[in-house]
Amino acid sequence: MKDLSSTCPMELTRIVDEYFSENRHRLIELAAFLDRLDRAYDGQSPTQDFRVAALREAIPVLLSPGSQRVKRIQLLLSDPTDEPREDLDRKAAYGAYIGARGSL
Amino acid sequence: MDYIEPHAHMISRTTDDYRQMALMGCVALSEPAFWAGWDRKSADSFEDYFGQLTEFEPARAAQFGIKHYTWLCLNPKEGENRELAREVLKRIPKYLDRPNVLGIGEIGLNRNTLRELETFKDHVSLALEHDKMILIHTPHLEDKYKGTKLIIKALLSFRNLDPRRVMIDHAEEHTIEMIRDNGFRCGLTLYPNTKVSLERAADIIEMHGAEGIYVNSACDWGISTPIAVPQFVLEMRRRRHDEGTIRKVVYENPIAFFAQSPKFHIQRAEAVPATRTEELVHAD
Repeated sequence: MKDLSSTCPMELTRIVDEYFSENRHRLIELAAFLDRLDRAYDGQSPTQDFRVAALREAIPVLLSPGSQRVKRIQLLLSDPTDEPREDLDRKAAYGAYIGARGSL
Repeated sequence: MDYIEPHAHMISRTTDDYRQMALMGCVALSEPAFWAGWDRKSADSFEDYFGQLTEFEPARAAQFGIKHYTWLCLNPKEGENRELAREVLKRIPKYLDRPNVLGIGEIGLNRNTLRELETFKDHVSLALEHDKMILIHTPHLEDKYKGTKLIIKALLSFRNLDPRRVMIDHAEEHTIEMIRDNGFRCGLTLYPNTKVSLERAADIIEMHGAEGIYVNSACDWGISTPIAVPQFVLEMRRRRHDEGTIRKVVYENPIAFFAQSPKFHIQRAEAVPATRTEELVHAD
């Protein structure tokens, strides 16, 4: 991947000043979502749903070394195959590729 | 700051939205044909829609000095229906000479099926046959990466296609390089949850530069805003980007792309006489 460091015109402290609060909020929302899944009344394992499994696979990328975390997460959630589908399965995308991750 | 909204589905917005856009500096917009939220049953429905895009919406926009341009097609979500697609494609040419029609769009893929791909290629052939520009929708979420690859591969199979006359829209971090590396123009869509946020759009401009990129709202009947482009201007100013770079993304780049059509003129639309306006846009 090409070097994209030093392309933001703000110094680091200013980036933190501007964006820390909203990203603190997003982090807590994600934690709340994971807690909510655990509290589902039917007691099913959240990772049975391939979308949740994909989300959990993506979370470690946030703290992994290297840049372009957005791109790496998008690719992790994407359909990696090359051939068109034979038939339409549904109108809307799911948000994650099912692959070998199980089912809904 | 004056700006151009390159992608807005105004058929699903109120006249108040046109007013708000004009207040925020919108001088022109382009409205690609899209999915109504349900599958239309006949080509006649599309003719009614094309009439609305080429007569009613320009009149609504002109009330506020906004020039309205449009793109015609059967959209990717209905592309699976090959019989309907063939019938609609037969009827599109008679609308192409209307004064606000810039080209064919937004065509592309939805779930990346074989039939969607065939319908997409038929639209590209139609555009080339009539020497029209093309506006492309890339698929949502997990389908975007593969769909963008399939679209680019199909486009490159047309030998007489000039990539500078093709806008590939809804690009994100994982698709922007393949779009630009092949010479196509690139759109970033500022749409909640499923596309790019204001912050990520600014990030992308910082990482990849502003050449050949514009931003749009793609506001429609979903949760979306018609003033996403001026919100992007604020985000860029928040980061202290210079006004020249911002203006390039929200004004000059859309003009550079659209002006490849001789129909595109940037001066504000002439106000429509009140009687004519009432006749066309009186709502109740």
